[in-house]
Amino acid sequence: MLSALLTIIVTIIVVPAIGGLLVGADRIITARMQGRIGPPLIQPFYDLFKLLGKENIVVNRVQMFYVLSNLALMITSVVLFVLKQDLLMIIFIMAFGSMALILGGLSVQSPYSRIGSHRELLQMMAYEPILVFMVVGIYLRTKSFNVQSVLNLKEPLLGYMPLIFIAILLILTIKLRKSPFDFSTSHHGHQELVKGLLTEYAGPQLALIELAHWYELVLVLGFIVLFWATNIYIGIAIALGSMILEIIIDNITARMTWKWMIGVVWTIGIGLCLINIAFLYK
Amino acid sequence: MGIIEKSRIKSPWVVHFDCGGCNACDIEILACLTPVYDVERFGIINVGNPKHADVLVVSGAVNNRNKRVLKNIYDQIPHPKAVVAVGACAATGGIFSDCYNVLKGVEHVIPVDVYVPGCSPKPEAIIDGIVKALEKMDERQKEKKQKSVRSREND
Repeated sequence: MLSALLTIIVTIIVVPAIGGLLVGADRIITARMQGRIGPPLIQPFYDLFKLLGKENIVVNRVQMFYVLSNLALMITSVVLFVLKQDLLMIIFIMAFGSMALILGGLSVQSPYSRIGSHRELLQMMAYEPILVFMVVGIYLRTKSFNVQSVLNLKEPLLGYMPLIFIAILLILTIKLRKSPFDFSTSHHGHQELVKGLLTEYAGPQLALIELAHWYELVLVLGFIVLFWATNIYIGIAIALGSMILEIIIDNITARMTWKWMIGVVWTIGIGLCLINIAFLYK
Repeated sequence: MGIIEKSRIKSPWVVHFDCGGCNACDIEILACLTPVYDVERFGIINVGNPKHADVLVVSGAVNNRNKRVLKNIYDQIPHPKAVVAVGACAATGGIFSDCYNVLKGVEHVIPVDVYVPGCSPKPEAIIDGIVKALEKMDERQKEKKQKSVRSREND
């Protein structure tokens, strides 16, 4: 009981540190690809603390509630993942977290924020089925929804679920808000619909959303580690490799429309998942 | 110096508003973002949303038509904030200062911290101006803090 409590506390502190460093590395790598030097590695932390110290401009009363519930739900899903709990539960809590952000975006009058929220909804419609298919694949392999059962496997999951892994890479681009799928809101210095979903969040609220995004980033990379959980170091190497792949894709592709995204993810993504599950189904 | 004060200097996000000039200053401001100058080294990001910004960079001659817009953008930036007026037109109205509709400088609409003179100024000068504005912003915050401490002591 005490060790579980200790794990929870360590997770809550360490995960955003890892997420922030990953985002910092992302910004440096992106800058180098564009022939620039780029910001220092701890720039995301500077941004976070600066935003926390700014004036809190609130548009309406419920906005802060949505921001806090987004953060709390993301932390909950990461903690459940680290405690090796139910994967389905983790995915649905994560979806609730994203939903809170969307409701906050829809609660204001700004058309940028509203269009951004609608696009984020469409993104959720695109990536949620793939995540559920991943869990279904894991269930067919291990006969359990728990993360623990994946860790008990003798052989890595990647050998049995290569096509689902490709589909997960596809939705990783959406989750990390990277080009070509960065139309609900964008990161770095990019502008889309001003800032899309995040337009009406300012100061400390934006900082908390950024913090929640770091938790989310680590969680999604954690899903990738599951594909090679027999040796955790190889799993982490694969996760970091896919992160670098996403950065390359971000820099070489242009922003596409949401119709294109739905078309690609629902045909290629779900198609790959179904073929993979047909092979797993015995 | 606390971590928030340090972060303020390390991460100034800039919103850029052109009050209607010849676009030369705007081109120089955007040149700061290119690989040659790369202001992201200092954490400076050009954002499109005043609600996310720390520094307002104004260029061009402000006139009676758009002073309302400029004031609105300034008001939307959360505290602490700083204003940098880039170019001769933003400072005094420049070559347009005798026009009937032109206000003679941004200072007639919003408080300005730093003027970057030139027609148009070099990107190096603009970066220098933003750094100076951050120093002023930091000083102002310190004064505010001391004032509030003093008023608490008086109570």
